[in-house]
Amino acid sequence: MILAETPPFSSHIAGWLAGLVGMEPNWLFSAVGALVVAAVILLLVVTPVGLGGVYLERKLAGRMQNRRGPNRVGPYGLLQSLADGVKLLAKEDILQRGADSPLFRFAPYLVFMAAFAGFVVLPFAPGLVAADLDVGLFYFLALIALETVGIVMAGWSSNNKWSLLGAMREVAQVVSYELPLGLAAMCPALAVGSLSLVAITDYQAGPIWKWLLWRDIYWAIAMVPAFLLFYTAGLAAAKRAPFDLPEAESELTAGFHTEYSGMRFGMFFLPEYAMMLSLSAVTSVLFLGGYHDPIGLSAPGKLFDGVWWWGLLWFFLKTTFLFLTQIALRWTLPRIRIDQVMYLCYKVLLPIGMGSLLLTAALRLLG
Amino acid sequence: MTVIQGVKLDESERAAPALPRDILTEELVFNMGPQHPSTHGVLRVVLRTDGEVVHDCHPLVGNLHRCCEKILENLTYVQGLPYVDRMDYLGALNMEMGLVLSVEKAAAVEVPKRAQYLRVIMCEINRVISHLFAAGQFGLDMGAFTPFLYMFREREEALLLLNQVTGGRLLYHYIRYGGVTRDVTDDWLKRCLAWCDRVAAHMDEYNNLLTYNHIFLNRTCGVAIIDKSTALRYAATGPILRAAGVARDLRKDIPYSSYEDFDFKVPVGPHDKGVVGDSWNRHRQRLLEIEESLKIIRQAVAKLPSGDVSNPKISRGWKAPEGEAYVASEAPRGEISCYFVSDGGKAPYRARMRGPSFQNISLLGETSRGLLIGDLIALMGSIDITLGECDR
Repeated sequence: MILAETPPFSSHIAGWLAGLVGMEPNWLFSAVGALVVAAVILLLVVTPVGLGGVYLERKLAGRMQNRRGPNRVGPYGLLQSLADGVKLLAKEDILQRGADSPLFRFAPYLVFMAAFAGFVVLPFAPGLVAADLDVGLFYFLALIALETVGIVMAGWSSNNKWSLLGAMREVAQVVSYELPLGLAAMCPALAVGSLSLVAITDYQAGPIWKWLLWRDIYWAIAMVPAFLLFYTAGLAAAKRAPFDLPEAESELTAGFHTEYSGMRFGMFFLPEYAMMLSLSAVTSVLFLGGYHDPIGLSAPGKLFDGVWWWGLLWFFLKTTFLFLTQIALRWTLPRIRIDQVMYLCYKVLLPIGMGSLLLTAALRLLG
Repeated sequence: MTVIQGVKLDESERAAPALPRDILTEELVFNMGPQHPSTHGVLRVVLRTDGEVVHDCHPLVGNLHRCCEKILENLTYVQGLPYVDRMDYLGALNMEMGLVLSVEKAAAVEVPKRAQYLRVIMCEINRVISHLFAAGQFGLDMGAFTPFLYMFREREEALLLLNQVTGGRLLYHYIRYGGVTRDVTDDWLKRCLAWCDRVAAHMDEYNNLLTYNHIFLNRTCGVAIIDKSTALRYAATGPILRAAGVARDLRKDIPYSSYEDFDFKVPVGPHDKGVVGDSWNRHRQRLLEIEESLKIIRQAVAKLPSGDVSNPKISRGWKAPEGEAYVASEAPRGEISCYFVSDGGKAPYRARMRGPSFQNISLLGETSRGLLIGDLIALMGSIDITLGECDR
């Protein structure tokens, strides 16, 4: 693990740990500190956020559809996700005849791991990042590819033709959409000159017009298409409607997770929300200033410079906004057909991505 | 120009793509249904596909066969009638109408004018909610969940209206030999008109959200075309036939139950998008028919004559005299007809029902060749089948 700079939170822990055993803090303690922060983020932030995401989606979908959404378990149905989790745990874990047992059992964990490992590089607030990798953005995009492997495993090992078809769609779709996704992500990276998500965020410190989306106005020509592209391709990579073909319920029953039951199904269900959230978060980091507020109070030397809760607030506000738009899209739009998905990717999005990248490069050259 | 099933399509008509045949691989045999979410009941379809491309599609029906016609032969006239409701559970009143009309014709039973008008009102309400259900289901098949629930909002109100008069929400047992069971109140008629206005006001909402949605247009225009000759060859009826460009509507062609008193149009494809007989046109056809049905309801409520709602000669133990008759009527899914024979006994000698879904399902085999699996769902959803009425 390449630690560009030890973040304060993990260095506190590292120092505390070193003091505990009476040694000078060294790289080993830093690494342990980073791991502890990662584990705490996963446990205390991501899981509730994932469950909250499920709740938010169901509540919003209910409102959009003249329904109330969950309102039975706990106040305002807040504990519904938790109750569902308990229900999933109590369900029978079915391994159907003819399934490739090791692959079938391993696939959900691979998907779960890939989706949640992305949170390691997310800068939630100043200093609140588990690992500020030099190649954070690259790492994040690589994890999307890893998730695909898990889904193909699930589809293949299920010994079900619908699952297989879902897995085929997943490969065709997600592998294709990694191209526009990567190209769109390249634009901010190229503009900043770094793949580190912290560096990209801090480049956008200051008021709203410092955000990469419309920095210095003429950048917007390249960045606005790149932003829309990243958002769209992100939807496809997270298998969200209108790109939910791998699990197209009305066509392939449930696609790649048709045969999964109980908590193994939950292991596919929760990562979808984790993926949506982490993609929204990365979108906000790349284009919307990450944890910096729109007034510029968190800029260096200003009132809230380096204040973690202020950063966390804005980070979650932006992420939640993008997350909610994803939900609203899902409950509004019909599903695209598989050949149209491919058409959109290679003949519409890819040229836009290349154009944006070229423009960004040109703007960078011109200064 | 792409030629699909003998119909020439411009590229602008968003033809289903002709995939190259040089990458054929091993065929997959799928068993779609009877538990598949998009087969609308217990239809089983055996598919042979090359990846996503359907080579052959073989619908297998009969999973919901309940011997309805045989049951009719063993029950008295009054007892037998509710069984007809259960054939097409989404258009129950229209199904009752099918049997009752032919029995009345064979026995020469007179139906009071008010009862005829009430039958028309109820049948048209049933047609509207059946079409709303079909259109919503079609959206659901295409992956749009929300329009379905919007349409259910109006359906729910209509179910309340029907419930208040007939006592049932899904299966009504309202139309009887010689009339109907209960009269309506003036207050009910007012609420019925208010409901018509609400549905009419929400048509734009459905159209904006679903019918003219860009993705939806791309998914359905030019997809799974059932042209005029195919539809006629398979004896398809109802919205499918009209969307294919044939202006056949029994309410207009052979009016029954005073339909000749009302002024309404028969919408015929092609409509403003797509090509004649494609999935989009079938969907649009239903929405247009809803508007015409609302017109009929308004007129029938306005012109509702006073008088009895049932023929006093029909008693509990009524038996049809010897005779036979064949009457066809227009149900939401197509033509319902009944060939009724009586030997003067206390039960019908034979009551052979013809439901439109069986003929319409038969179209799947020929029309689905070369479609993608996603398009096959569009075809099945836009045909709108009820297995209960197909299998009986």
